[in-house]
Amino acid sequence: MAPTRKNLLGLGAWTLLMALTPHLLTNDYYVSTLIIGFFNAIIVVGLNMLMGYAGQISLGHGAFYGLGAYVSGILAATYGVPVEAAGLIAIIATGLIAWGIGIPTLKLSGHYLAMATLGFGVIVSIVFNEAVETTGGPSGLTGIPRLTLFGITMESDLSYYYVTGLALTLVMALSLNLIQSRLGRALRALHTSERAAEAVGVDIARYKLFVFVLSAVFAALAGVLYAHYLGFAAPSSFGFHFSVTLLVMVVLGGMASVWGAVAGALFLTALPEFLRAFENIETVLFGGILILGMMFLPSGLAGGTAKLTRALLGRFRVGARRV
Amino acid sequence: MDLGSLLQYLITGVTVGATYGLTGLGFTIIFNTTGIINFAQGEFVMLGGMLGVAAHAAGVPLPLAVLLAVAAATLAGALMERTFIRPVAKASAVNLIIITIGASILIRGVVMLIFGKDTFALPHFSGMEPIRFLGAAMLPQSLWVLGITLLLLLGLKSFFSRTMWGRGMLACSYDPKAAALMGINVSRMAMASFMISAAVGAAGGVILAPITLTAYDVGILLGLKGFAACILGGLGNPFGAAAGGIILGVLESFGAGLLSSAYKDAITFVILLLLLFVRPTGLFGKGSGERV
Repeated sequence: MAPTRKNLLGLGAWTLLMALTPHLLTNDYYVSTLIIGFFNAIIVVGLNMLMGYAGQISLGHGAFYGLGAYVSGILAATYGVPVEAAGLIAIIATGLIAWGIGIPTLKLSGHYLAMATLGFGVIVSIVFNEAVETTGGPSGLTGIPRLTLFGITMESDLSYYYVTGLALTLVMALSLNLIQSRLGRALRALHTSERAAEAVGVDIARYKLFVFVLSAVFAALAGVLYAHYLGFAAPSSFGFHFSVTLLVMVVLGGMASVWGAVAGALFLTALPEFLRAFENIETVLFGGILILGMMFLPSGLAGGTAKLTRALLGRFRVGARRV
Repeated sequence: MDLGSLLQYLITGVTVGATYGLTGLGFTIIFNTTGIINFAQGEFVMLGGMLGVAAHAAGVPLPLAVLLAVAAATLAGALMERTFIRPVAKASAVNLIIITIGASILIRGVVMLIFGKDTFALPHFSGMEPIRFLGAAMLPQSLWVLGITLLLLLGLKSFFSRTMWGRGMLACSYDPKAAALMGINVSRMAMASFMISAAVGAAGGVILAPITLTAYDVGILLGLKGFAACILGGLGNPFGAAAGGIILGVLESFGAGLLSSAYKDAITFVILLLLLFVRPTGLFGKGSGERV
């Protein structure tokens, strides 16, 4: 099947499943868990492109998420800017910041970007905590108005679920399209060998920067949706710990897979709801997932399952032929 | 601003900076031998402090507790290399970074499970009676920190220039293949580099613990600052890392004293980002071409 058709079918099935799910759930609480899962999935799809396709790592995406939430929240709550405008400004501002950080650091190799984004994340976290007059400090920013689109306020959780689900679907469609485009081919080329890609005329610095900024914009979008959903933003939600959680979601889902990214994000968002003792063992578990995932399943659950299926099918076919 | 308080900032800065330098040194040793940036370096520093506290609380006399903590962290370093790094030696840089991040979270999580989230203090090695001069006060512990840092630096210098092992590790950093052809066991050198850098990091952690207190999560910031020290001194240059650490510590201490103590930790990272933007080879580093 052509990749484009496969993607369209996949997105169609996803949209149907997404639209039906709330009606199958017995508990409204699960709807709000899914909404949070969608926020995370939006970020992880972007981060997955950055890591899986561009081969770059970021430990600061929690900060971009936080910038989206805080800028939009402050504009709307403190300055009375309409929510749509506040959200848009927050997303553009975060994109510009990512662009400013990305230009110098992406010229360097992987660990510099990892450390630079980690340092950036810590700085942003400190500002969220210390600029008490603007951000509300460690106890958080309150009174952020609910999301309003075209004059309609998304009061109910169900309407918010559909808005977030739609945003995620658009992010997925855009990413799947990009991967099939010239950009996607260029990214795969530079992931395989930067030098070879450069030699055949791929402007590697520009492509890497584009994906970095795009992933930051996705994170900011998720942040805006988060702030106007919970009506509240606290620094602890956007710190180093969250950036690592995002990384675990990417690794678990499998690098270079949009579907894997969504699966990883939804799975890890739902997991704490099922594990009562989770809070204490979470850190150990995440460390274990990162290490074991990279050691034994470098292509993640998605890639691993695909490989296993292929292997089983292959054995089956070989067996059939022998008979 | 009188001379006394300026001197005070300098003393504080150099003391804390020495630990950043030791952490940076740990990064450098592993990077030089294996080409890996070990994101768990800060956890070795944390292990030093926390294990020292644990051993002392269990009734072990202080000097022995300090040695035990360093020895246990060294073992953790060896274990980490053996179990997580060696099996995937040929993995891509991003995968290796993720594995070391995983290891750092794992170590932090295990320490949190065992010791909880509280902050702990280790007794000062030789009392808390400050030494006063020129209007500034210096804790005897600061002398311990500076003395041990200096000893470790000298020890490492002679290790790398005089002993067979040290020279073997240096050879690996120049060209692992050529080193292997000369009969050097490259994978054993990689393990040795993890052990030495864990020992150096843990020593830094345990000597600083009486001054700054310690907890399961101090490794993140210390690791980042150690890395900033490396970049400042030029990645791969051990003495650059030590000098970079002291410069950072002093800048941070003056920044906290003269500008804003709330943004103390941000100072280092602003410097780190500026350096990466302007001069990624560090203050003492030379630009290096990369072989295709």
